[in-house]
Amino acid sequence: MAHAADDLVATDIGEYLRRHENKSMLRFITCGSVDDGKSTLIGRLLYDAKLVFADHLEALEADSKRIGTQGDELDFALLVDGLAAEREQGITIDVAYRFFTTERRKFIVADTPGHEQYTRNMVTGASTAELAVILVDARKGVVTQTRRHSFLVSLLGIRHVVVAVNKLDLVDYSEEVFAGIEADYRSFADLIGINDVTCIPISALNGDNVTTPSSRTPFYDGPTLLEHLEAVEVGDERDAGPLRLPVQWVNRPNLDFRGFSGQIAGGSVRPGDQVRIMPAGTETSISRIVTADGDLEEASSGQSVTVTLADEVDVSRGDVITHALASAPVGDQFECHLIWMGEEPMLPGRPYFLKIGTKTVGATVTHPKFKINVNTLEHEPAPTLGLNEIGVCNISTDRPISFDPYVENRDTGGFILIDRYTNATVGAGLISFELRRSQNVHWQTTLVDREARARLLGQQPRVVWFTGLSGAGKSTIASLVERRLFDQGFHTYLLDGDNLRHGLNRDVGFTSADRVENVRRAAEVARILVDAGIVVLASFISPFRAERRMARDLFEEGQFIEVHVDIPLAIAEGRDHKGLYAKARRGELTNFTGIDSPYESPEKPELHLDAATLSVEEAAASVVDYLLQPGILGATPGIESLWI
Amino acid sequence: MSKLTHLQQLESDSIQIFREAVAESERPVMLYSVGKDSSVMLHLALKAFYPSPPPFPLLHVDTTWKFQAMYEFRDALVARHQLELLTYQNPDCIERGINPFDHGSAMHTDLWKTEGLKQALDLHGFDLAFGGARRDEEKSRAKERIFSIRSAQHRWDPKQQRPELWHLFNTRTRPGESVRVFPLSNWTELDVWQYIHLEEIPIVPLYLAAERPVVERDGTLIMVDDDRMPLAPGEVPELRSIRFRTLGCYPLTGAVESTAGTLEEIIQEMLLTTSSEREGRVIDHDASGSMEKKKQEGYF
Repeated sequence: MAHAADDLVATDIGEYLRRHENKSMLRFITCGSVDDGKSTLIGRLLYDAKLVFADHLEALEADSKRIGTQGDELDFALLVDGLAAEREQGITIDVAYRFFTTERRKFIVADTPGHEQYTRNMVTGASTAELAVILVDARKGVVTQTRRHSFLVSLLGIRHVVVAVNKLDLVDYSEEVFAGIEADYRSFADLIGINDVTCIPISALNGDNVTTPSSRTPFYDGPTLLEHLEAVEVGDERDAGPLRLPVQWVNRPNLDFRGFSGQIAGGSVRPGDQVRIMPAGTETSISRIVTADGDLEEASSGQSVTVTLADEVDVSRGDVITHALASAPVGDQFECHLIWMGEEPMLPGRPYFLKIGTKTVGATVTHPKFKINVNTLEHEPAPTLGLNEIGVCNISTDRPISFDPYVENRDTGGFILIDRYTNATVGAGLISFELRRSQNVHWQTTLVDREARARLLGQQPRVVWFTGLSGAGKSTIASLVERRLFDQGFHTYLLDGDNLRHGLNRDVGFTSADRVENVRRAAEVARILVDAGIVVLASFISPFRAERRMARDLFEEGQFIEVHVDIPLAIAEGRDHKGLYAKARRGELTNFTGIDSPYESPEKPELHLDAATLSVEEAAASVVDYLLQPGILGATPGIESLWI
Repeated sequence: MSKLTHLQQLESDSIQIFREAVAESERPVMLYSVGKDSSVMLHLALKAFYPSPPPFPLLHVDTTWKFQAMYEFRDALVARHQLELLTYQNPDCIERGINPFDHGSAMHTDLWKTEGLKQALDLHGFDLAFGGARRDEEKSRAKERIFSIRSAQHRWDPKQQRPELWHLFNTRTRPGESVRVFPLSNWTELDVWQYIHLEEIPIVPLYLAAERPVVERDGTLIMVDDDRMPLAPGEVPELRSIRFRTLGCYPLTGAVESTAGTLEEIIQEMLLTTSSEREGRVIDHDASGSMEKKKQEGYF
């Protein structure tokens, strides 16, 4: 199974092992369709590197005869095709990972199909690759599919591209054909920002320039494909960037040790470094870098470590430890490229889970600004994104998250979207940049995040809706309740029907239609205030059940508390502090509730106050007692943890 | 700054997988088969959570037919690291005396291992299980995810597997579903041996050549590990210098003749040999695609 040159295995296995234990690793992706000979190329790499076992070869020979496409020759494609169903169809339909090794490098190959409907798979394979091998059929040249693959490669942040111009045997190893394809490709690559391009003329079928230089391509004096893969430098931009350590797991073996475990996603770290815990922004410094093999003096991107901190600061899974002077930005709205992977189309406004680094939050996506036609690279208007479509969208998270633009760091700038109901991974996103609030109030109604505001105020917003006849004492009671709550530190606002009619509702009269509009406006104002995190005390006669129902429906379950200030008409009329009943009786006021307009008593108010027997102080006290119960305004055990 | 070697990268990525799985599951468990891949997996788990012990028990789905040396190795290892070990033997198999001689390898493996594994996972209510499978073992495994969702019936549905991008794993499950996690997905057999060599990881001595009693059946060398092995009339075990490339139930595991008595010699022999690791396993020799069928039925 060893690589060709390994006489060393037989003569000095110890030396062999030492060399191999110091080799590096390269992850690359191969792009192209079955027709381009991609599977054949990978099969050839494995075969020529002597990585095919005798028993696998026997199976290959048998399969080649049975279902092969190469007559009596070995069909290398069969060496790498996997699942039975797709083998029968003759196409690969998923991402497969292959491995081979030489003395200099271990290779992980993501093998993905080239068909249009499988953008999802190519994006998945590309997400971990450092280099892409793009196959071009020498007979066809740079085609639509080549451009599509190159665009995806560029989008996913792969900076090194090898163009393997394959099937050169079918164009008589023509230099002209090869040079033409190279020129075509380079001009396209410049357009989409791929700078490192290497073109190699090959025949995967015959093995030309795959692992051994071909005598049939005298015009080409560059490396073979394998030589290039062995030698290419793929310095990771993350190495040079600032420290990013997403916390995966809090390591607490005992009370004396509190470590934070994670894989460094960017930069490096040393004991003593000043760091900032994001998104909170807490500053502290690194004490130790702990591993099972002893403490480290330095650790850098790619390493899995456990760090301890100098101060007892609050750190949990999902936080990111960053350099104090180059901390990661924090935001809750972004513009991103979104690749849709779900069978069902993306639903703007629907809540999804978003996982970035080690953090999972709730998120909603706006309508796409446009989708990108991967064949023409043109921007097209789109109401949503379907499977395998790519668009540019705005995304809003329910909590601030720490991130980097994807072009700066793939691990802290890439995210997945998860359907809350099926748990399927339905989208992959690449953060372009953060949106500032003022720039986008026009597009995003879900911007208004009630929970975040309520959290800042440290309370749960509610609307307490006082309904009852004029003169029942609603406003007086509501006012007393507000004073009591205010004194206890609640942020409150009293919405009074009479007061509202002096401004917002000055154009609204007292007909039934106007009363409905009056209550509708009042309820909408209450909703805005609840959205702002406020405890609202609303005092409105609101005589009709339907409108109180409508008001209630504007709020979430449990947010709307209906208080019926109940008083017999005779007593209210007897009090008549404002002289309104008398006016109504005299016919000077029409549509007066209780006189010539009905009052529909609530059927199931949250609280019923007998205003005929209770004093206003007693009534207010019973309202406050009700409100301060746990789960209404009182503290709910564990509610804090929901917000962490 | 020096780039990591390939083994350092593989190690780091496996540790990341271990931590992610533990952080996002309620009741994880590690399937421990006593073989070299299990040894590497345990070694990585010890590193991933250091200085804490691995925050999950080991589960050995036993068939009662493993090599004696495997049981000894297992018990010594568990004692040394003070690990929590659960062993499970399918009670139906005990009752019916399922064995490879009377019932054949396929039924033996299906009932003891596949059924036994499902029963054990259900019994303890584990929602996540680490397994030592690698993508290079077999063609159908090349497409297996690192985090693989199984239905409440432990079935694997190739159409329902989730794309895995970057280092992001979607571990969410519905009630009854569970996750199989393969931290060694991107390791090859050679990587495993090199890592064992570099890290001096203990392995069952059966991997090293020694004189052992064997009989030859249909061209396969079977070690006579205890007196449950029925011998044909006139069949006499003979001592030969042999070793094993994989370990399982002793009546189903073919030995290779070898004098490789050190780790370096084993690796040397492996690199010069021409047959793949799983060749010695009876279960893979069915029709093409059989591993895939096994996997859909719940075999690891």
